[in-house]
Amino acid sequence: MNSAGVAKDPPRGFLRNYLFSTNHKVVGLQYFFLSLFAVVVGMALSWIMRIHVAWSDAGIPGFQSIFGMNAPGGVLTPEYYLSLLTLHGTIMIFFVLTTAPQNAFGSYFLPLQIGAEETAFPILNMLSFWTTLVALCVLLSTLFVGDGPPISGWTSYPPLSAVGSDAGPGLGTGQNLWLISLGIFCIGAMMSALNFIVTFVDMRCEGMTLTRVPLTCWSWFVTAILILLSFGVLLAAAILLLLDRNAGTSFFVPANLLVSGKIEPHAGGSPLLWQHLFWFFGHPEVYIAILPGFGIVSHLIACFARKPILGYKVILGCMLAIGFLSFVVWGHHMFVSGMNPFSGFLFSIPTIIISLPSTIVTLLWLGTLWGGRLHFSTAMMFCLGFISTFITGGLSGILLAHPAIDSYLHATYFVVGHFHMVMGVSAIFAIFAATYFWFPKMFGRMMSERLGALHFGLTFIGVYCIFLPMHVMGMQGSPRRYAMLTDDFLQSTVAMHQFITIAAIAAGAVQFVFLFNLFWSMFKGKEASANPWNATSLEWLVRSPAPLISFAGELPVIRYGPYEYGDSTEEQDFVMQSDPERRQE
Amino acid sequence: MGVRFPMGKFFSAVVAVIALASVGLFFSRHWIPAPAAQHAPILDSQLHWTLIDAGVIFLIAQFVLAAFVWKFRADPERKTKVFPAGVRIAVIIAVVFIGVELFSAATLGRRAWASMYDGSASNSLQVEAMGQQFAYYFRYPGADGKFGPVHTDKIDASIGNYFGLDRADDMASKDDIVSAELVLPENRPIDLFLTAQDVIHSFYVRELRVQQDMVPGMRIPVHFTPTKVGRYEAVCTQLCGLGHYRMRAYVRVVPEAEFETWMRAHAR
Repeated sequence: MNSAGVAKDPPRGFLRNYLFSTNHKVVGLQYFFLSLFAVVVGMALSWIMRIHVAWSDAGIPGFQSIFGMNAPGGVLTPEYYLSLLTLHGTIMIFFVLTTAPQNAFGSYFLPLQIGAEETAFPILNMLSFWTTLVALCVLLSTLFVGDGPPISGWTSYPPLSAVGSDAGPGLGTGQNLWLISLGIFCIGAMMSALNFIVTFVDMRCEGMTLTRVPLTCWSWFVTAILILLSFGVLLAAAILLLLDRNAGTSFFVPANLLVSGKIEPHAGGSPLLWQHLFWFFGHPEVYIAILPGFGIVSHLIACFARKPILGYKVILGCMLAIGFLSFVVWGHHMFVSGMNPFSGFLFSIPTIIISLPSTIVTLLWLGTLWGGRLHFSTAMMFCLGFISTFITGGLSGILLAHPAIDSYLHATYFVVGHFHMVMGVSAIFAIFAATYFWFPKMFGRMMSERLGALHFGLTFIGVYCIFLPMHVMGMQGSPRRYAMLTDDFLQSTVAMHQFITIAAIAAGAVQFVFLFNLFWSMFKGKEASANPWNATSLEWLVRSPAPLISFAGELPVIRYGPYEYGDSTEEQDFVMQSDPERRQE
Repeated sequence: MGVRFPMGKFFSAVVAVIALASVGLFFSRHWIPAPAAQHAPILDSQLHWTLIDAGVIFLIAQFVLAAFVWKFRADPERKTKVFPAGVRIAVIIAVVFIGVELFSAATLGRRAWASMYDGSASNSLQVEAMGQQFAYYFRYPGADGKFGPVHTDKIDASIGNYFGLDRADDMASKDDIVSAELVLPENRPIDLFLTAQDVIHSFYVRELRVQQDMVPGMRIPVHFTPTKVGRYEAVCTQLCGLGHYRMRAYVRVVPEAEFETWMRAHAR
């Protein structure tokens, strides 16, 4: 029925095979390397910011030669600090946390895991990657134009972001390019989401009923729906803000603004409208980053605990509930925005309720570990790290869900610590787990487990050293997004900032172990068998690395659920989803 | 699979140490500055209880994780076991935990949040605060109790007309007092009206437990009663441009008599 499900001869030539390829595995790898590049840039930016915050009056050797007039005497200017901060947030949120778990691993493994030869719209898949790459190039181009990247942060609240260079450096060309980049990214993300949804619904092979689909695929499916519904709103908001900036409209700018001694020619707009639109996207975005992690962790701990996942249908229900609820909690970003306090109270209720499904899933993971035969591969370690950091970040979120408490902690380092713990660390841990787990399938070789153990151990300790102290700094009232610590009451936090910076540099340096392991193993790693982890899902049916044509015309027929571990009396303790029917015992 | 290094035990030990260390760090001293406003104790008590509640759950969850990882490492002699009634227990624990949170939000939380929006009292002092890149200015209505109208085109920092008052033509503006420092009497309710001239700013005074964005085009009221004499920093917490980090003002809470003296000295 599906023409895309029928194997075709692979196109010939390097360009069609590896560059402008419509093959879902190639597109997945392209996304993977795009995110890898982006995360290295994003991390480098965070190093620079951390060093600057901790030693803001000391000239840092090398800064002047790298940043020129943006760091006279080796001290970053406050505006350049904010430029880097904007870039760090934008790159990490969009080009790492949205693309890596969803597009990189989803493009590669969604069709494989549901037994499809291709995605539903291969050309759309290719197009979405190239669109995303253009968006990244446009974003990075802000470093080289006018007075640099915008200084308005990744949330870019108007009027700051709406009135052009009057309000500060980077808010002219830089801000325009930032909005264009975001708009292009939205289009790419929506195209790929559409493709994922149709692929999931329409391309499952025979016997792959909805309750036999691996939880990874469910998480990519739910995430794709969130992307489709939320990025459209962000795209609209970005277009409206571009119009405010360049076409004289006033969606977000009220009358009588006096910016740098000039009365702005706008009237009638509402700054809060942007915040509503932005966070209507922004909160689902949090779950766009973390839900694929839910899928990956559920999938992997079943495999490495050699047990069926506890409560498959409940986890699935929780993911759907989270997806739905994520659209009705956006106001919790706006408790102190000037929104009616009744709305604030109203938004706090679903915010607390959304932690119910998250709590259930976490407990089910713990229940899956109980009584298992745990294999501590690096992939498993990152899953366990995910659970630990998710507990930590989730619980600090409970504090912020209460409007009165948030009114004290809002915009402090407590919030920075909280969202980095969940969106930063947990989501990145899921990406690491997925990388170590699927590397043999993607590249045909095993990553070094020894280096992997080193990478995990030091990273795990490092992230807690970085982000836990931020919570207490927030309790003490340290505002975020400060280029320097000049306030009297912030002087007591300088030592803690320096500790965090040292931890960040150390934990960042450990990532080079990962990069080395990744590239070294690609060429020198031990050759991988088809199913090195004794896993059950369909991607392990094909040889490693996965051939361009996965199933060569013979699509598998599914007879088992995705987590049939440990209940076999024979030598192997698992049943692959497409294994022949077992004898009656 | 796995390496010789006892990864599971290492992980369990690290998780346990981190859990204890973080709880120790949080409760090692009182990080929050002493409160100086009437509604602050209610807010502090909600923060306090939620912190304890989250801290207990945090410790239990991290230790359960550590214990399971410690105990259930792969052993060829042992078969896997299924957690008895696992799903039901997980759902019950989660419902109870979130139920407690919802209950606390509906009681303690609602009271704390409402205490910040009590509305104005009959004897309250009205003050206007205006944020601009990168300073705050404050305005008292003067003897007539009325704020004069703002004319954006008349704003001129060089002659100290930060609000754009027309003292020659507007009756209500004549006696308005403008100050770069917010001076407040102790134990008297304050209605602070927040506005902004250019971009969004925020008004955050830790000791007063007040944080509220200042949005251009809006006039947002904040009500509180300072209860402790002292000098506090008001800082901007909404990214407002390159000088965001140095945007601040001082709030000076003084005894009523001293406040009257200050008002008389600045009266026009």
